[in-house]
Amino acid sequence: MSEKSPLSNSFVPYRPISLALAIALGAAVWALVIGGWMLLTYGGRVPEMFLPAPGKVLMTAGRLIADGSLMMHTAASAQVVLVGFVISSIVAVPLGLYMGTYKAVQAALDPLVNFIRYLPVTSFVPLFILWIGIGIEQRVSVIIFGTFFQQLVMIADAARSVPRDLVNAAYTLGTKRSTTVRHIVFPASLPAVLDVLRVTVGWAWTYLVVAELVAAKSGLGYISLKAMRGFQVDIIFLAIAMIGILGLITDQGFRLLRRFVAPWAV
Amino acid sequence: MTQSADIHVSNVTLRYGAGQKTVLALDGLSLDVKPNEFAVIVGPSGCGKSSLLYLIAGLEDRTGGAITVGGKSVNGPGPDRGMVFQSYTLFPWLTVAQNVAYGPRRRGLAEDERTRLVTHYLAEVGLSGFADHYPAQLSGGMKQRVAIARALANDPVVLLMDEPFGALDSQTRHAMQRLLLRVWDHSQKTVLFVTHDIEEAILLADRVFVMSGRPGQIRKVLPVDFPRPRLGDIVLDPAFIAMKREIMGLLRADDEDEH
Repeated sequence: MSEKSPLSNSFVPYRPISLALAIALGAAVWALVIGGWMLLTYGGRVPEMFLPAPGKVLMTAGRLIADGSLMMHTAASAQVVLVGFVISSIVAVPLGLYMGTYKAVQAALDPLVNFIRYLPVTSFVPLFILWIGIGIEQRVSVIIFGTFFQQLVMIADAARSVPRDLVNAAYTLGTKRSTTVRHIVFPASLPAVLDVLRVTVGWAWTYLVVAELVAAKSGLGYISLKAMRGFQVDIIFLAIAMIGILGLITDQGFRLLRRFVAPWAV
Repeated sequence: MTQSADIHVSNVTLRYGAGQKTVLALDGLSLDVKPNEFAVIVGPSGCGKSSLLYLIAGLEDRTGGAITVGGKSVNGPGPDRGMVFQSYTLFPWLTVAQNVAYGPRRRGLAEDERTRLVTHYLAEVGLSGFADHYPAQLSGGMKQRVAIARALANDPVVLLMDEPFGALDSQTRHAMQRLLLRVWDHSQKTVLFVTHDIEEAILLADRVFVMSGRPGQIRKVLPVDFPRPRLGDIVLDPAFIAMKREIMGLLRADDEDEH
């Protein structure tokens, strides 16, 4: 056993690995991707018009940070995602919990929700523009439409998987049937609900670009589209990187939130 | 503290499903449990013994017959009938102390009164040092001890127990049986306990109700007269073994009926 290298020891199914190795592996893959990128660009294999060099993207980032436009467009995008996601979640969480708890609510909503859930959000963008115009309301509507129905189904699932005997135990301790969702279903499914929110906020970011590509005057999707017209590929790269970074931050935020509001759940 | 109550089950039937595919789980079952009595139902798996407990708790609806607890007809669940389940049912988002205080809180008891109950009942089950732990941090035996404390802290008139030690290893199981008898001795609640373990039934019970296989009925009621406290080596007593043999015979007769 001790004769083997640490790396071959790490290829035992399901065996945990050290934190140092985990970080090293993650960094190695990033280094590989960026290395390949550098090879393609500095090696002159791909014209700069299609693939900008890493240094160019960094310089552009510096320029757009300095003139404040990167912050402005990022804030505009984040605002749309935040408003749309919060409105969607405020309705989807309670409604999903009731849907998962009461068969009648489920029977009423399931057919409609499952129909809408499979419609591509993009197909509604023209309709929203026609109805709502091209203001922030239109983009927020796209986010809500894209996340709400997915959230509803997943949160209902979380509520449905609350163990029956947990609810039964609550009844024998004096919980009334009318308060079951508040006293039992909500706290019992809270960790799962937070996981649903964490996953769907990522989807909200993807719908954002759909909304901004079509109709917007600011935002990361908007500057990407404008950059395309001027062959500024470095700006497109920068916008994509920003969305990735913001996604990473929201994801970590939800992990922290889960640990904070549901410390009992492992 | 509330008085303990009697349980009357009279001619109860329970039928699952609809149309041609109905299953008769209980068929005209009757039993009576006296106040303060420790009654144990033993029966083969699938005989409906757990279903009977759920009917008395009001968690399921009977198809026919009458059930009264303390003279009141059972219609739905209520805090007068405490229950300890086979699966672990502590609320994972509450600490041990908050779990025990859950019932009193629902009843609107003041905080100092709730604290008094928590302190008393955690001491009863020997878990005073674990008040601030979450259920996920406890072993299986400890979880069931908290579940017993939680049920008793709500001051029910009867305590229903559905194979509460079924998932525990035999060492823990024996310790839990002794603990339960001590707690019962202090509280003097009526206990109706379901198990498939014959030895456990005789060790705990004032009377053992032996159930037949599906559809479930009471096959025989056996008074257990061994003096309490019943110590570990009582299981080697010839009278104990004779009773165990009799119950095994009753349960086996059931197998032969089926084949």
